[in-house]
Amino acid sequence: MKLTLRVWRQQNADADGAMSTYEVDGVSPDMSFLEMLDTLNEELILKGEDPVAFDHDCREGICGACSLVINGDAHGPERTTTCQLHMRSFQDGDTIDIEPWRASAFPVIKDLVVDRSAFDRIIQAGGYITAPTGSAPEAHATPVPKPDADLAFEHAECIGCGACVAACPNGAAMLFTSAKVNHLNVLPQGAPERETRVLDMVAQMDEEGFGGCTLTGECATACPKGIPLVSITSMNKEWLRATRKVAKR
Amino acid sequence: MARTVWDSSVGKKTVMAVSGVIMLLYLVAHVIGNLKIFFGPEEFNHYGHWLRTVGEPFMHYEWTLWLIRVVLVVAVVAHAVSAYQLSRRDIRARPSKYVHKKPRASYATRTMRWGGIILGLFIVWHILDLTTGTVHPGGFQEGHPYQNVVDTFSTWYGNVIYIVAMLALGLHIRHGFWSAAQTLGVGSRTRDRALKTVANVLALLLTAGFIAVPVGVMTGVVS
Amino acid sequence: MTYTDYTTGEPVADTKAPSGPVNERWDKRRFEAKLVNPANRRKHTVIVVGTGLAGGSAGATLAEQGYHVVQFCYQDSPRRAHSIAAQGGINAAKNYRNDGDSIHRLFYDTVKGGDFRARESNVHRLAQISVEIIDQCVAQGVPFAREYGGLLDTRSFGGVQVSRTFYARGQTGQQLLLGAYQALSRQIAAGNIEMHPRTEMLDLIVIDGRARGIVARDLITGKIDTYFADAVVLASGGYGNVFYLSTNAMNSNATAIWRAHRRGAWFANPCFTQIHPTCIPRTGDHQSKLTLMSESLRNDGRIWVPKAQGDTRPANRIPEDERDYYLERIYPSFGNLVPRDIASRAAKNVCDEGRGVGPGGQGVYLDFADAIKRMGRKAVEAKYGNLFDMYQRITDEDPYEVPMRIYPAVHYTMGGLWVDYDLQTTIPGLFAIGEANFSDHGANRLGASALMQGLADGYFVLPATINDYLARHPHQGEVTDEHPVVQEALAETQDRLNLLLSVDGDRTPDSFHREVGELMWEFCGMARTDSGLRKALERIPQIREEFWRRIKVPGTGEEFNQSLEKANRVVDYLELAELMCLDALHRDESCGGHFREESQTPDGEAARKDDAFAYAAAWEFTGTGAAPTLHKEDLVFEYVHPTQRSYA
Repeated sequence: MKLTLRVWRQQNADADGAMSTYEVDGVSPDMSFLEMLDTLNEELILKGEDPVAFDHDCREGICGACSLVINGDAHGPERTTTCQLHMRSFQDGDTIDIEPWRASAFPVIKDLVVDRSAFDRIIQAGGYITAPTGSAPEAHATPVPKPDADLAFEHAECIGCGACVAACPNGAAMLFTSAKVNHLNVLPQGAPERETRVLDMVAQMDEEGFGGCTLTGECATACPKGIPLVSITSMNKEWLRATRKVAKR
Repeated sequence: MARTVWDSSVGKKTVMAVSGVIMLLYLVAHVIGNLKIFFGPEEFNHYGHWLRTVGEPFMHYEWTLWLIRVVLVVAVVAHAVSAYQLSRRDIRARPSKYVHKKPRASYATRTMRWGGIILGLFIVWHILDLTTGTVHPGGFQEGHPYQNVVDTFSTWYGNVIYIVAMLALGLHIRHGFWSAAQTLGVGSRTRDRALKTVANVLALLLTAGFIAVPVGVMTGVVS
Repeated sequence: MTYTDYTTGEPVADTKAPSGPVNERWDKRRFEAKLVNPANRRKHTVIVVGTGLAGGSAGATLAEQGYHVVQFCYQDSPRRAHSIAAQGGINAAKNYRNDGDSIHRLFYDTVKGGDFRARESNVHRLAQISVEIIDQCVAQGVPFAREYGGLLDTRSFGGVQVSRTFYARGQTGQQLLLGAYQALSRQIAAGNIEMHPRTEMLDLIVIDGRARGIVARDLITGKIDTYFADAVVLASGGYGNVFYLSTNAMNSNATAIWRAHRRGAWFANPCFTQIHPTCIPRTGDHQSKLTLMSESLRNDGRIWVPKAQGDTRPANRIPEDERDYYLERIYPSFGNLVPRDIASRAAKNVCDEGRGVGPGGQGVYLDFADAIKRMGRKAVEAKYGNLFDMYQRITDEDPYEVPMRIYPAVHYTMGGLWVDYDLQTTIPGLFAIGEANFSDHGANRLGASALMQGLADGYFVLPATINDYLARHPHQGEVTDEHPVVQEALAETQDRLNLLLSVDGDRTPDSFHREVGELMWEFCGMARTDSGLRKALERIPQIREEFWRRIKVPGTGEEFNQSLEKANRVVDYLELAELMCLDALHRDESCGGHFREESQTPDGEAARKDDAFAYAAAWEFTGTGAAPTLHKEDLVFEYVHPTQRSYA
């Protein structure tokens, strides 16, 4: 396959960026999208040009590092991570636009690499259960009904890639935040911090400059792990409940 | 608590949802009242008069009406201010657009902001037209709503403004009702379909009910 | 003197493991360890490099105890450490199934599975702690799979006959890592951990014989900085990426441990690498990494190849009697569940015989047709759905319809920095935990034991033992950048990067990585020979020489420069590869993942030579390309007596 790539190039956070056009030849349909970019970079290095910077690590769809908007879609046309997208999803002769996640809470570091540390700070605000090492009761002391455990797991699958923010027209982080809130708030272990968790995480989310939710559903469509939109509804419910409860205290 | 709610993006959405639901309930009552126009001037004008005497003798003349008006104004202002502030936040959160553009989401979702602005402007015109009579075509007669309505819809622009606004209203309710349900946390996987159906039916009935009046005037059913 | 003329130095004098009954040793060590007064802990700084299961759990726990922790990861967030990719599960001797499991059995299985090349004291401690890990993780909200009664579910895993593996669908590593990450996040928010993401350790600072800090590069700005502490903990993972193609993350690297090795930490058993039997075969030269399919697939899938060589018919056209279910045939009692090293080698053997399937004949079938017939498609979907989806996405083949194709790939490295019972390396104050050390798995790691070891080290072992070091070595006074040792380390790092940038040759860092990786896979992979290893040892210095002549790294050092990061890691692979080959060459026996063709039983099984090689080989660095010094730690088996492993 022969492809034309239009790639966002930006030297650093302060520089202006623009799309640059590259041709890549000899692309195999079995290649992953990132392997296709590898071949481009190998050529660029040998030509003495700056290779395209992009985040990637595990390349098996679980670490959440890879983060490309491909033809306007976060992670490209398939419902998966960029690293698990294969070139068989494209046609010979295609022109492909590659851009970074765009949101003011995710400033560009270089080319296609953005700073997602805002997500870490949302977790730091309350996305945990306070259980210092050594303090744990026997694992079977608290049975968890299977449906609850499954629901918690479904939300815990979030890989923190930020596709939800990238896809949202408002740059909102509601799906990310709600995934963690729901994972922990559904479990009996998470109950003691149930209210403060949701209030603090939502407050931090606002603080980071993410937009608000207008329920367009773009986030859930882009999510490579299939976190459902209803996750946001559940978080809203938790937030309202917590606001009432805390007001009564 | 009020502070927490107002300072949070989720809280502000709650304000929008609650004020939206209040306005929606009002609209349901409004459309039922409007349809009385098809039963002649007497019934319609009587209904208009009754609105001012609701609650008597407990309430004084027009007290109930003013109470409703106050609640509505608060709802409209809260809805609009929240919408404005949330939109500002949203736009700030996503300053640069993608070079590769794609049409997104449903029509209703995307038109919430423009639809909201249209509806805001419409409300101003609507009050100046049929409540205060300031911009009313022909002589506005206090206490004769039937004739006033017929006058308004006898002008081409009255019909255009009204019908466009009501279509915007339908779209606004279609997404807004479902969205409010999500914001208030009453949505769920099992209820999603039902909520969407209710939203669609509400939007359709309200739009059809409101538009029936100008159509009635235009076709001569109401004159 | 050539590299192969290594000298043998003093044997390891003391592993610090307490004496007495094996099940009392950990208690004894904990009791004898000196403690640091809680009020004084804040004054002690501990550097932790890495945020995977070991590093994340260690950082969180040390911070909870009151130490000031300064932590590093090269990823943009601590949540992305490669532990996240572990699929199958975590072992624990809970015996919830009442199937005869016990701490002693887990201990026994691990020593035996490791082919009698692990230290008994450590392994027993691991088995003891395994139980607490599950409690800890459940308390943190890790959503393990549960039964309808609300209690935890378990499954059995390759190489054992009890059901002791706890799991969270196919994403156990992810869930455990997020648990540790969340605990870490809590401590970051509390101000007890100073977290440096996108910062890579490039050197270790050793002053007066003690680890006192690190040199690290901010990967965004390129700024090289020094960080000082009272102790340094390396939790930087394994070195499987030496092979270029492995299941490791693209940026997993050996720099932290290799730089520590160069500064005096001994490197133990570098040749012990694990080749995982169930990976997706490569599709072509563009392949950048390999993807593992959880070993749990072997519980229900049947592995086979055609009986005839060069049989290119599609799988479903090959009749039952022309298929060779070779694992079931050779190992009737364990069948498809034999340990990883055995399954991998058997796959290699059938492919070498020309019976491999798929492009290039580098693959064997893993067939679920029988499982689907027996359990129904729905049940198979519930159990393995996400793995099947992943397979289909990568290969574009539907495993419900056609058998999966699998092939072994480098997956884990049992070797690592030599550590004593306290997990301290030979540099006082430098600790190594998780995959970065060599401690618990001997010559082969059992499935679902890596997560167990990482968390045992991080949550429970290190936080207990590091106290002792810090209490016995009170504050030595501040170290500053002006110290000559620091100056020298900084200058060395800077010079190395400058050199990489200035060669301006005609080959990319990846091309060298690929070359050394292919060499290692061929000569130091699943089967090793004296002549092959010698060939590799001859070739590696040549590649190294060529590297420094022809490397091309664009850009500068004062910016975000992924090529520079990569090139610098390849520098270390080119030295580590040499040590791995030497270790493999010197260990003239087969054991676990290390298979020397010269040393096998008549039926082709690994033949250990306990008389000569019942030791851990700890290598001391003497200079780049210079023959290292071997220090032997004799392994004494008081409880699990070495036998020829038999899974037949």
